[in-house]
Amino acid sequence: MSTTAVPAVEGWFTTDAEPHLLGTRCTTCGTVFFPKADGFCRNPACRGRDFEEVELSRTGKVWSYTDAQYQPPPPYLPATDPYEPFALAAVELDAEQVVILGQVATGYGVDDLAVGAPVELVVEPLYEIDGVEHLIYRWRPVAP
Amino acid sequence: MSTPEPVAVLGAGMHEWGKWGRSFHEYGIEAALRALDDAGIDWADVEFVAGGETVRNGYPGYVAAATIAQALGWNGARVATCYAACASGVTALDAARARILAGLCDVALVVGADTTPKGFLAPVAGERWDDPDWLRFRLLGATNPTYFALYARRRMDLYGATDADFARVKVKNARHGLHNPNARYRKEVTMEEVLASPMVADPLRLLEICATSDGAAAVVLTSMDYARKHAAGSSPVRIRAVSTVTPRFPNTVIEMPNVSTDSAAALALPELSFRDSIAAGAYEEAGIGPDELSLAEVYDLSTALELDWYENIGICKPGEAEKLLNDGDTTIGGRIPVNPSGGLACFGEAVPAQAIAQVCEVTWQLRGQATGRQVEGATAGITVNQGLFGHGSAVLLTT
Repeated sequence: MSTTAVPAVEGWFTTDAEPHLLGTRCTTCGTVFFPKADGFCRNPACRGRDFEEVELSRTGKVWSYTDAQYQPPPPYLPATDPYEPFALAAVELDAEQVVILGQVATGYGVDDLAVGAPVELVVEPLYEIDGVEHLIYRWRPVAP
Repeated sequence: MSTPEPVAVLGAGMHEWGKWGRSFHEYGIEAALRALDDAGIDWADVEFVAGGETVRNGYPGYVAAATIAQALGWNGARVATCYAACASGVTALDAARARILAGLCDVALVVGADTTPKGFLAPVAGERWDDPDWLRFRLLGATNPTYFALYARRRMDLYGATDADFARVKVKNARHGLHNPNARYRKEVTMEEVLASPMVADPLRLLEICATSDGAAAVVLTSMDYARKHAAGSSPVRIRAVSTVTPRFPNTVIEMPNVSTDSAAALALPELSFRDSIAAGAYEEAGIGPDELSLAEVYDLSTALELDWYENIGICKPGEAEKLLNDGDTTIGGRIPVNPSGGLACFGEAVPAQAIAQVCEVTWQLRGQATGRQVEGATAGITVNQGLFGHGSAVLLTT
């Protein structure tokens, strides 16, 4: 059993009961970026250099979806041996008008998904290294 | 922007696609020599060598043009190696074309070659937390087929595309490539065989996703003046436009290797999506439209993606690609044959060579030399391709 858990990547999401993805917003033009952008705004009509951290909407609609029937190559770290397929969904966030790719929550597959279907953000274990669980954001289908 | 002068494709050559595991430059030399022989030009007369880079072969791959130039015997030519993932070959070709059009040289060799591992293409090794191509594998297990499958599923849900539509693309391309001596897979495939092959990334099956291959392709480009003097009386195939466009912000289609798109919250969408803008850039530069095409070579990384390309290059409207396919319009003998070479379905992908191979095929088609797969009376053709990290690639050629 693992005793501790850490995000698999620093600064991409919160790990509270109702987790959010963390992005940045350009304070000049309002464009939102995930993963976080800083330094210079990527909107070609903007010269903004200042960004603030924002929590993104934690619900969205499926843009499209698939699964991984074969184990991906490294640096993917399989959580189980033998490998168990998982699903992925690209999800559109209404307010931010951005599409974000993520794995689908454990226990759900392509049969539970449809383009346009609502999903919400959850955080689950991705892999374990030396007894430390590494967490990742995932999309979980919700009743419409 | 004015319509540029054409450049001539005097020679085209390929090393057969396959899986031998030899050094990439061995394939590159063969393709280069075949292109030079086809042009009737001596290696000593080549003034510029442009190469598509391969990231898989260490330093010799990073400097592919110089590696191949050295292997052919240093001749003092100017040199450039270009990387644009799947679009590398056309970025190299564009460098050669620009140098010719600028009057800086008359004869250029463009070459791309690769040797690839089995299975999924994987990112470069090492811990690279600032590299999106590494992160998508580590954090999401998102392989290349993941992205192809997202597009495929969207066609199904938006346009009613079916498994059978996708399978029919493979059946068509397998038949097209049957007699292509450079193709790796030369075997008819039935609908039943496609639909019985294992699911890789739902809804795409093993026979619907392109393999990775070893192979090489080369072309010899010259100025029109040089071509007239060198091959008096004959009219060479001409490159009329090259499009190496990047996307316009905000790009809201999820693209390899990204885990997210741009946000459209602060700025309106561009007039054309990225994939639509690739061929559009070539049409605009050449002053030639999709109605004038005799054929197209498109990047069928998956069966479903070939259907997307029909719409992106403007040979049908969005949502009509399945009808175009099922009516036989894109089969050799139809209105606008697509992938008469057999496409990636018959070749598998040799990344830095593939965009050049597309140009070789259109060249042979326009010369009437595509034995066993000839599009009769072909006068104009387009190649189109997209390299990850935002690289468009299209070449428009005419007789």
